[in-house]
Amino acid sequence: MEDNIVLTARGINMTFPGVKALENVDFTLRRGEIHALMGENGAGKSTLIKCLTGINDFESGEIHIEGVEGPVKNHSTRDAQNVGISTVYQEVNLCPNLSVAENLFIGREPLTAIKTVDRNSYNKRSQKIMDDLGISVDVTQNLENYSLAIQQMVAIARAVDMECKVLILDEPTSSLDDEEVEKLFRLMRMLRDKGVGIIFVTHFLEQVYEVCDRITVLRNGTLVGEYPIADLPRVKLVAAMMGKDLDDLASIKGETKDLSHAPLEISARGLAHTGTVKPFDLDIHKGEVIGIGGLLGSGRSELARSIYGADKANVGTLKVKDQEVQIHQPIDAMNLGMGMLPDDRKAEGIIADLTVRENIILALQAKTGTFKKLSRQKQNEIADRYIDLLSIKTPTAETLVKQLSGGNQQKCILARWLATDPDFLILDEPTRGIDIGTKTEIQKLILELAEQGKSILFISSEIMEMVRTCNRMVIMRDGEKVGEVGGDITEQKVMHAIAGGES
Amino acid sequence: MNKFKSMNSNTMLLLITVALFIVMYAGGCIAYGSKGFTHLQTFLNILITNSGLICVACGLTVVMLTAGIDISVGSLVAMDCMMLAVGMKSGIGAVQMCLLVLLVGVVFGMVQGFLIGYLEIQPFIVTMAGMFFGRGMTAVICTDQVSITQDINAAFYSWANAKVVLPFGGYVNNKGKYMAPFVRVEVIIALIVLILIFLMLRYTRFGRALYAIGGSEQSAAMMGLNVKQTKMKAYMLSSVLTSIGGICYCLNTMAGSVQQATGLEMDAISSAVIGGTLLTGGVGNVLGTFVGVLINGTISSIVKTNGKLASSWPNILTAALLFVFIVIQSLFAAMRTKKK
Repeated sequence: MEDNIVLTARGINMTFPGVKALENVDFTLRRGEIHALMGENGAGKSTLIKCLTGINDFESGEIHIEGVEGPVKNHSTRDAQNVGISTVYQEVNLCPNLSVAENLFIGREPLTAIKTVDRNSYNKRSQKIMDDLGISVDVTQNLENYSLAIQQMVAIARAVDMECKVLILDEPTSSLDDEEVEKLFRLMRMLRDKGVGIIFVTHFLEQVYEVCDRITVLRNGTLVGEYPIADLPRVKLVAAMMGKDLDDLASIKGETKDLSHAPLEISARGLAHTGTVKPFDLDIHKGEVIGIGGLLGSGRSELARSIYGADKANVGTLKVKDQEVQIHQPIDAMNLGMGMLPDDRKAEGIIADLTVRENIILALQAKTGTFKKLSRQKQNEIADRYIDLLSIKTPTAETLVKQLSGGNQQKCILARWLATDPDFLILDEPTRGIDIGTKTEIQKLILELAEQGKSILFISSEIMEMVRTCNRMVIMRDGEKVGEVGGDITEQKVMHAIAGGES
Repeated sequence: MNKFKSMNSNTMLLLITVALFIVMYAGGCIAYGSKGFTHLQTFLNILITNSGLICVACGLTVVMLTAGIDISVGSLVAMDCMMLAVGMKSGIGAVQMCLLVLLVGVVFGMVQGFLIGYLEIQPFIVTMAGMFFGRGMTAVICTDQVSITQDINAAFYSWANAKVVLPFGGYVNNKGKYMAPFVRVEVIIALIVLILIFLMLRYTRFGRALYAIGGSEQSAAMMGLNVKQTKMKAYMLSSVLTSIGGICYCLNTMAGSVQQATGLEMDAISSAVIGGTLLTGGVGNVLGTFVGVLINGTISSIVKTNGKLASSWPNILTAALLFVFIVIQSLFAAMRTKKK
């Protein structure tokens, strides 16, 4: 056995009712490496991590940790922390109402002689920790005053200060913009050089190749293999995750059609929502897919929301099918044949405690009116049709949505809007946090819908997705529409437009 | 960083509460100065009447910080008073009875806390059961009003009538006699409770854990805090403080009766809310609650001094205040979200 290994898991088995979640999985983490754990949704990444951190009790197998005698079996996050495994999740698990310093030290505050917490001491120590990690914050300020990226780094700082040997980062970059991701990577590299073993779970392939040293791939609860990063180029990685050669993503888009003569579906003139989007003009033709490019926070979602009435536009005019309309709230937009898939599916989209069927018919029911209940038979029909059409992986239409994987939940919301048969569909980050196979399916679906004559406004953080699917792209910067990219869209063109053509 | 910049919206809320109290009290002084409102004793009387409420509201603040609620406190106070009155009437000593009341508080809180913390039942439901139980038990002990007179227990009677005279702030009444300002024993008890809870919340691990749980229960658990135990302790503390409050209340009323202290839980909750404690947890402190109690007390005192207003006016004024405070709080919350 190599002597710089900090964690080994051997033959881990774990079953959930009806599903074999992990089958004989091995995993090895060395000191001072960043190790990507890859796999599609449902491959067992989260389950494996939960076994390591004591949230799941695995059935058989052994976990060994450097410096701890015999096999380790954690029963709680606390146990895991005691043996040196700390985890930082996508949703920051800190208390926003406490100061940064308290978040670093809560539960283990240094005490004074009379057993009271020693604020001075932990404020000083916290400031030193944050300074050492190169994060500039005032530790006495409440955590809620800082951005999500800083909060994430505070969570990492806490983990590191608890002398963890193994740091698990579960989708830490999903809500960060590029600059923040870069800061996070700098921090990760710094920790790696200090000898911490880091397990990095992410959906962004680019990021894996940017920071990781080694990749372990899981598929359907089994281990596919462990590879040094140099031995596994991107295409092979995708193939390993999907278990088949990738039906080349780039080829899903056919010839770009010129739709500028097609009838206008949406036409906005000087539309704006004060404080979020500056006045913009936008024409969307029937059957067009329009992408919105720009950095996180540049007003991409806000533009869409002002059209849909989620943030009521306070100046400008909006025409739908050449009719001037007033949209005060989303239901007005729905009655005009619009649908919107919001970006925050947990908060605004999916209703976890309802069944797949109920989630799918929700918008249609809202549109037909509360008092004209759709018959149960009709509901079943609609649900079954869309489960089939979008290949939603669910045991039955009556399964609770929270039991489905992220990608399938996303499909349910998509089905909800498709069921209302909209002419104009806004998709805000429909592919965030879902695996690459499903991403491709959703992109294909967008193209199919456009083919049927629906107009689509597509927002994504991954430029390539939009490049592959859109007829035209609108570029946003600081809440302002700064241009459009049309014709033969390439990633370079879009990047240049976003950057402002300075490079 | 200067002091102003580091002041957060919570401190702002507390300052608004304090300012409101000062304005209200000053208003009372101007309007009813001739009726003796300006005398220090008026303020001290507010403290004396509300000493029980101060203890109870401190306990409520503790559970509200964890995003919980305890509506059993009013009934528990009634039960405590009845126990004290009936117990002493049957010849048990005052000290023994007070200890017994505290013990009942511990057990009462332990049961409620166990159900809420470990079995994860809604605090509202659990303490509602506690509320019915407390009121019911009071009637089981005795359905009549029982007064505590000097004959029944001389020691308790002497505590209740002891005056702690202050060396300043007296006035000469219209008969030419110097009236020295005084407080009662229960005020001293209540102020000690207030200071201890203030220090506990600010400077102990347990206190900080309460804030953490109120901020995000899941995060608190993830950071390795023992959420279940902390919640149980919070409800135990609430019931113990309520029992101390019950003793203070009894020293003030010198009687036990089934209908005593009805709605006290709501007074305590409204005091905490006016004092800046959020029902959603994680924000607030007992100093604010104390000022909240004083504001409620001032309203009653003004209405009483006026003498012509109907006794239902304090309720309406409290309602108006609560409304204003909830609006201010949500404005601050909205501002905070916007800043992000």
